[in-house]
Amino acid sequence: MRKFIDKLVFGLCSLSTVLVLGILFLILIYILLNGITSVNLDFFTQLPKPVGEEGGGMANAILGSAIMVVIATIISVPVSLAAAIYLAEFGRGKIAVITRFMVDVLAGVPSIVIGIFIYTIVVLPMQRFSAIAGALALAMIMVPTLVRATEEAIRLVPQTVKEAGLALGAPYWRVIIEIVLVSAHKAIISGILLAIARVAGETAPLLFTALGNRFFVKVLDRPIASLPVQIYTYAVSPYDDWHRQAWAATFLLVMFVLLINLSVRYVTRNKSS
Amino acid sequence: MEKNILKEANEVDNKTATKIEIEASSFNFFYGAKQALYNINIKIPEKSITAFIGPSGCGKSTLLRSINRMNDIVIGSRVEGKMLLNEQDIYAKSVDVVALRRRVGMVFQKSTPFPKSIFENVAYGVKINGLAKSRKHLQEIVEQALKQGALWDEVKDRLNDSAMALSGGQQQRLCIARTLAVMPEVILMDEPCSALDPIATEKIEQLIAELREKYTVIIVTHNMQQATRVSDYTGFFLLGKLIEFDETEKIFTRPKEKKTEDYITGRFG
Repeated sequence: MRKFIDKLVFGLCSLSTVLVLGILFLILIYILLNGITSVNLDFFTQLPKPVGEEGGGMANAILGSAIMVVIATIISVPVSLAAAIYLAEFGRGKIAVITRFMVDVLAGVPSIVIGIFIYTIVVLPMQRFSAIAGALALAMIMVPTLVRATEEAIRLVPQTVKEAGLALGAPYWRVIIEIVLVSAHKAIISGILLAIARVAGETAPLLFTALGNRFFVKVLDRPIASLPVQIYTYAVSPYDDWHRQAWAATFLLVMFVLLINLSVRYVTRNKSS
Repeated sequence: MEKNILKEANEVDNKTATKIEIEASSFNFFYGAKQALYNINIKIPEKSITAFIGPSGCGKSTLLRSINRMNDIVIGSRVEGKMLLNEQDIYAKSVDVVALRRRVGMVFQKSTPFPKSIFENVAYGVKINGLAKSRKHLQEIVEQALKQGALWDEVKDRLNDSAMALSGGQQQRLCIARTLAVMPEVILMDEPCSALDPIATEKIEQLIAELREKYTVIIVTHNMQQATRVSDYTGFFLLGKLIEFDETEKIFTRPKEKKTEDYITGRFG
């Protein structure tokens, strides 16, 4: 009887695994089939054509996403690093408890709410949608994930390594930067990469902040196109050609996420001695 | 034997002639509300090796870490009394803790190589304290430190390899070399061999024995045989108090206190 239960449970687990993996593969293959034929050179280099005309690409959306993600990273990484170091090193007082709680709350806030928040405090005073507002919204989404990941990475560095640095007569800040952060750098970089992957596909916050644009944008205080928003706009449209391009953009996003995850694997690989 | 007789005859003379490097005077230590060290009075002679022995939790590591103020990073730690290094109270308000730690080095139980190359590990303290006048001088200091740490021959061809690739015993010798590179006056060792196999332990004990010519060494150890092999003086601690402090030979053959005798004969551990 026991053997039967063993086999049953094992069978159920295997079945669940197959189901989950199967669905995942189905999604990926569906995207692949629909998108890959539309990803051509035009897609990467051309601007969207006027409605009704065939062809065109999403060059501006790709660039726009890239610009906002890069700016968001530049804003969120130092802030998160500083907060994480504070929490890991001095994380026992009341301020630390409150900070940690706030970070956890912020991590759970829906991204559309963050979009509305930035709309209120940045877009309205500026009287315009802008790339910088979009970048700020993305940065706010990245910070909680980054703080948690970085704090975890710093905590994993053994206390004695830090003490060894102090014992040589190194000032505290140098020990943190040159020894602790260097020890934790793989985990921190992975955290940053994963936060980037997460935020590259966020659509809702950008709707209220960066809005969208059919042209290339060279300044930061104007609306700017982004890949997820462009996908949304094209997907709900009645034009087949746009649908095709939306698939291509989806495929591109998925490939990007895959690339990031592979990079994380590479960064955290165990170098054989 | 002859050495013993001479030592006894000159006992009084020796004690007054030997310079005292470290002196604790009515030293009390608290972790928050809990008292860890009670009224410690000890005089550690310079250029010698002193062992701190005692059962777990007796305060020997706490006292050791008080000498380079490593306990400062523990929240709620508090000190009463004086700790003198070369007759200067290291807990005085004017003392620069960072400079103190250059003069008093520390080697830990678990080896702690930095995630850098072997060369960079040894050079780290030197660079931080600005001790090298040129690149060439730095290389000389690193080579000298690795030789003193009995590691030079094994790593001289691969100084740029990661320190993490060394074996446990090699890593510990690297940590010792790293400490020696900044030319401290005192070297504190907190059970440096407890994580190592016997062969590595032997190498390190040989290394420690050679250090007494230039440095004052204090080594905390659980291993009484190690204390007899390596140290000149021994202090026995129990429950935060210093029970007895004397030449190692005397502690282990003719201890004055009953508790000391009980401990070294294994009545409790």
